[in-house]
Formats: sequence, C-alpha cells, structure tokens
Amino acid sequence: MRFLASGRRHKAARPLLLLLSLFLVGAVYALVTPATSSSAEGVADAQLIAAGKNLFATNCASCHGLNAEGLAQQGAPNLTNVGAAAVDFQVRTGRMPMANPLVQAPRKENTFTEDEIAALAAYVASLGDGPAIPDESQYDPSSVSAEGVARGGDLFRTNCSACHNFKGAGGALPDGRVAPSLQGVDAKEIWEAMRTGPGQMPVFASGSIPDEDVQKMVAYLEQVNATPSAGLSLGGLGPVAEGFWAWVAGIGSLVLFATWIATRGPRA
Amino acid sequence: MAKPAELSPESPAMEVRTPPKEAAPSKLAGPATWVDDRIGLAKLMGNIRKVFPDHWSFLLGEIALYSFVILLLTGVFLTIWFKPSMAEVEYAGTYELMRNVPMSEAFASTLAISFDVRGGLLVRQIHHWAAMLFVAAMTVHMLRVFFTGAYRKPRELNWLIGVGLLSIGLVEGFAGYSLPDDLLSGTGLRFVDGLVRSIPLIGTWAEFFVFGGEFPGELVIARLYMVHILLVPGLLLGLISAHMALLVYHKHTHWPAPGRTNHNIQGYPFFPIYVAKAGGFFFIVFGITILMGALIQINPVWLFGPYNPAQVTAGSQPDWYMGFVEGAIRIIPNWETHLLGTTWSWNIFLPGVGLMGLLFTALGAYPFIEAWITGDKSEHHLLDRPRNAPNRTALGVAGMAAYGMFWLAGGNDIIATQFHVSLNAVTYFMRVAVFVVPVLAFIVTKRICLSLQRADRDRVLHGSESNIIVRSPDGGYSESHAPISQGEAYSLTRHPQLEALTPNGEKVGRTRQRLSRWFADGQVPTPTAEEIEAAAHHSSDVAAIEGGDTPAIESSETAETGASH
Repeated sequence: MRFLASGRRHKAARPLLLLLSLFLVGAVYALVTPATSSSAEGVADAQLIAAGKNLFATNCASCHGLNAEGLAQQGAPNLTNVGAAAVDFQVRTGRMPMANPLVQAPRKENTFTEDEIAALAAYVASLGDGPAIPDESQYDPSSVSAEGVARGGDLFRTNCSACHNFKGAGGALPDGRVAPSLQGVDAKEIWEAMRTGPGQMPVFASGSIPDEDVQKMVAYLEQVNATPSAGLSLGGLGPVAEGFWAWVAGIGSLVLFATWIATRGPRA
Repeated sequence: MAKPAELSPESPAMEVRTPPKEAAPSKLAGPATWVDDRIGLAKLMGNIRKVFPDHWSFLLGEIALYSFVILLLTGVFLTIWFKPSMAEVEYAGTYELMRNVPMSEAFASTLAISFDVRGGLLVRQIHHWAAMLFVAAMTVHMLRVFFTGAYRKPRELNWLIGVGLLSIGLVEGFAGYSLPDDLLSGTGLRFVDGLVRSIPLIGTWAEFFVFGGEFPGELVIARLYMVHILLVPGLLLGLISAHMALLVYHKHTHWPAPGRTNHNIQGYPFFPIYVAKAGGFFFIVFGITILMGALIQINPVWLFGPYNPAQVTAGSQPDWYMGFVEGAIRIIPNWETHLLGTTWSWNIFLPGVGLMGLLFTALGAYPFIEAWITGDKSEHHLLDRPRNAPNRTALGVAGMAAYGMFWLAGGNDIIATQFHVSLNAVTYFMRVAVFVVPVLAFIVTKRICLSLQRADRDRVLHGSESNIIVRSPDGGYSESHAPISQGEAYSLTRHPQLEALTPNGEKVGRTRQRLSRWFADGQVPTPTAEEIEAAAHHSSDVAAIEGGDTPAIESSETAETGASH
C-alpha cells in the first residue's frame, strides 16, 4: 500500500491509471456482452461474412446499395436491421433477387445454394440487429396436440385469414399486391415471414405470437389442407366460384335438358 | 343457312278422336264416382287435358318450381338436427380441427349435420345447390318472360307475383346463408347490419329492432330460422300457387306460327304428354342437383370456422344472388355527409338499399311503363320474338349488363388474384363500366335486332339459301335461293308493326309522344304482299338472266342485297 501511496505522484501514474481504467472498462464490457462465438467459429464467421459480402455485391447491391443501405429511387429498403431470417426467407423463396422492379416480389425458383444463402444471411446479419434463422424446434409443428391444432385454427382465422383466406389460398391486396397462397409453404418460411413481415405483411413478433402459437397455426394450415374436401373444392375461393358453377354447370346443363325434352314429340 | 324451317309439326295428339262406344266400365269407375260425389273430382279433372305449348324456354320456370320442391324436402331433413340457438358451447364432435373451439349451438349442430348425421353433408350440399339453382332459374325464367313480352296484358299481375317471388327468394336465400353461423354467414349478417343502419333517421332503431340490441346479439339466428323455415317458405308457397293458378287461368302463351292466334293455344295436353315430360324433367332437375351435391363442395362451413366478430376471411362473398349489392358496395366512392353530429352513409345506403329498391321497382313497373308508352291495350297471347321489339330487347340487355357489371364487381378480389391484375384497376374500371357497358350493350343489341329483322325480311323476299353454288357458262358463280314455305313466311311477317302514338282524339303528353316515337323507331318494315309478289317475279327474272349475258356476279349480288342494305 505504501508503494501505491508513494508512487501516486510519479509522473507515469496518470497515464498508467488511464490505461488501467480503459483496460478495466474493456474487460468488464467483454465480460458483460454475451460471447457470440468462440474464436474458431469467429474465423469461420468472418469467412462466411466475407463470402456473403461478395455475393451481396454481385446479386443485391445494384438495388440495395453496396452497404445494404437501400436505394429510395429503386424502392429498395435498407437491410442493415432486417436480420438473417429475412434474407433466408426472401432468397429461399426466390423473391430476391427480383427479376423486375414490380410492386411485389413474386415467389419464384431459388437458384442459390444452401451455402450461398447462409453466407448472404450471415453478411446481412453482421450489419445490425434482426431475427436469426430459426431452429427447427422453433417452427416444427409435429409436436402440436389435437387441441393445439384447433386453437391454431382460431389463431389463424384471427390473424391470417383476413388476407390469406380461410385455408391459406391467398387473396387480393390494394394496388396490385396480393397475399400469396400459403398452401404447401414450408413451416420455416411461414415462421420467417411472420417474424420479418415481408412486403405488405405486418410483423408478428414473438411477444404477441410466441413460437408455440406459430407451430399451432402451421399445424392447422397443414392439416386443414390435407383434409379431404366434400367433392370438387373449387379452389377454396368461396361463394364466387360456387355461383359460377351453379350457373354454368347447373343452369347450363338443365337448359340443355330442357331443349332436349322440348324436341321430343308426344310419341318420341 | 338453314333450309326452310318446319314450324308447327302435325300432332297426332291434336286430332279429335272419339272413344269407342262399347268400352267396358273401368274398375276405377266405382271409387272415382265416390270421390266425385264428395269433392267434385270430375270438375277438377277437367283441367287434366289442358293444352300447353312446347318450347325449351317454357321449361325454365319449371326448374325453379322443382328446385323449390327439392328445397322443401331437403330442408325438412335439415330441420330435424339443426339447433337455431346462439348459446355458446365448446365443440366436442368428430371434426378434430375444431376440438374445444367455442362456438354457437347453431354452428355446432351444422357441423354435426355435416360430420355425424348419416347423409347429412350430402343433404346440406343438395339443399345449398338447390337454393342457388332456385334463384338462378327464377332469374332466367323472368328474362324469358321479359324478352318475349309475355308480361303484357292480361299477365301483368302474374309478372308482379313473379317479381315478388324473386325478391323474397333473395330474402329466403340470405336467411338460409346466415343460419349456420359460420364466419361467412356472420360476415354477411354484419353486411346487412350495415345496410340496416345506413337507412337515414331510423337506421339505428331498425338495427336494434332486427337484432334485439346491438350486433350480433343472441336472437338473430332464432329469428332468421323462423323467417327461413316458416314465414318466407309460406309466402313462397302461396305466391307460387297464385302464380300457377293464374298461368292456368290465362293459359300459356305461344310462339307465332300458322294456326296459332291470340285466341287459341296449340300444343299437347297436360295428360299424358306433360305429365310425362314435366315429371321426367323433375327427376332430371333432382338428379342434377344430387349430382352437384355429391360431387361439388359448397359452403364448407368447417373451413370457415364459427363466427367471431373479430375475424374475417379474404374472399368473403355472399351467394351469387346478393353479389350485385356486394359489388355496388365495393365500388362506390366513400360518400358520407356529416350533419349536426350525425353521419349519413350514402356509401352504403345508395348501393345497398337503393340499388335493390331500384332493381325491383324497375322490374315491377316495366310492364305498366311499356303499356303507357305504346298505348297498347289489347291482349297478347302470342309471344314477341325478341328481335321484333328491338328497344325492349335492348333495354333488357342493358339492364342485364348493368346487373352483370355490379355482379362482377362483387368478385373484384377474386378477379384480381385469378387474372393477376390490380385490385384498384378492377375497381376503377368497374366504376366506369357500370355506366358505360349498359349503353354499349343497348346500342349493340338494338343493331343486332334490326339486322335480324332485315335478315327475316330478306328471307321472306328472297327465300333461303339453297347451299348450291352454280357456275354459269361464262364462269360466274351464284347461289340460287329456295322460296320458303307459306307457313314460315307467315311466322316471319305476322308480328304487328310498332307504331308511334298519334294523338287520336285523346290527349297525349309530349313526353309520352316522344317516348312512343322512340320505342317504335328504326323498325324494319315487314314486307307487304305486293313486295313479296314482286320479289317472286324478280327471282324468276334473276334465274333467266343468269343464263344470259349479264355477268353472273351481278345476279348473285341481287340475291344477296339483303346483307348489304
């Protein structure tokens, strides 16, 4: 203690103290911030991010900018905080990169490999904050109970059917946009879409709809579409298709029969 | 082109035959006398040989009648299990995807009919398809009556009964659509709730009266049930009886042909010909409806889920017959007036209440308006061919076009998604189309009618095309025409010429005169006897010329003049 007391007027004391406190702050920060990866992973991550940055520059930057800052005149949003889940969703479903600057990115065939999607997602995730690609345990609907499926139906009708129709057949939105069909869509993509809100879709965050509820809704959607229909389902579009069939098949065939009856004479 | 058509085929059924004198007394004679002594059977049986004319379009009303019978039969089956109650229960039936979901008893019993009652789903689907066909058949039957002028004196009252049947048919269909208490029926009820509330001044009061308080309340399903199975079917039954009693009283109308006049009726007797034909047609209608119920899914309420005011689904539409109101509401601009703290919702009142009122008022008033315009007070038992009343036909098609545009607009979202166009573009297009398309339809229809009149005139004057092309010695080609039969010529020329009202003694207002001039305008005159005579000579001249020096192309032109002038 005497050493400290005597040395406190030493001329190196102030710089040393400054250094020490900086070190302490740094050490505490390193301790408090959760470690995201071990150093070996860190190296791999860095390589992935670099690969993703290259892919981004060739495939995405023309609209979203070299640093994913977005270009207003292209209608391309800033991607710094969209997260890996958004990239995974948009690229995996072929929505991005867009072939044409349309009002809405349509689903099309994805031409990227798993590794390329992972690299792109890692790069965009490294730019900021956003939902990560989910674990299978987060979206897999296989463990949902029968009651859970029915509850999922109720949740689906409350949150989804207004745009996507009662069995996920899709529906129209203003200005040429559509709520796409959800039939045959992967559980993972539905999870990602709910968490990231692509296009017109609002974000359904885990605070309002936890992962278990997403699983229930996905389970309902899968089961309701696997349920056999009571005859031709007419696309699951509701009464418009039914009216069309009543007129064309019903009245149409009955008029043909009426014509046939009228051509028969009394002795025919 | 067709060879001369054969109209009015000889009918053995029309021959007068005398029964063999020595016929042995039938075994039925005893019981028949017994019944006749008590309820006057013989008098009732007098109508059994009533004559009806034969034409496919006369069977359209029968489709409606038979659908109604099917609705009564299947409806009775459904009432055995349906519970018209809005009390909340937790579902415990066999449909797994609804397990423990809270719902009304009405919806739970509908699910039970669909999944737990043997044949229940089939009967439900037959009932719903029959309802769609019922209204559709009434509509096509009405169009047939309209376009042939069958509503004219003395049948105006029967036309009014028909309009009444159609309008309460809509009410009946809507009430049935609402009973299962699924998401779509609830949304439809909410729609009607909005219509009721949009009525100026009394709207809110009327809503509370209908729903027994605020929407949705706990009463409306039970009330609609009463309307659906008692009140409206009773009215329908009564009006259908009156409709058919008047049909028998007036006798059926028939198409003009030799031997058919305004004072007779030509056709086959009800017994046995129409007993067989109409009876057979009933089974055909029933069969088609069963096939549709068995093969095509309709109103899958288990997919829609129970009604919950917080929920809605894309593609929420009414059944087809309310589609025009839905469409009008979808395309009207958002007009509202705010006055002294009150809101006047023209955006709902005009397309909803206003359009329905307009449609049925126009339908009901038309026969009287036309009679007023033409000043025609005579009885009509011969039908008009639609082309011979071009303005009426054009008006009818214009009305159909307006209805059709509103109807299409009701499916604007389905059109947008299925044809990959913008919902807004569809909506804006429809806003214009509901006004422009009827006008175009009117003009086009009138032109077609007048062209057909000209074609008729040419057929009378020049005969029908023989399908034989003749090459003359100098290389020209021509088609000779065969004269049409006397009977066909009669059928094509017998319709009276429309004439503008002339102020002949009685006072005729300016508007009425103008309207009647417009109504008679543009008609192609039917050929006179002299013209027909002249044309006959002319065609023999042509035949002579064809062999001579005149280029044959000219003669064929002469024969075809009709197409060019």
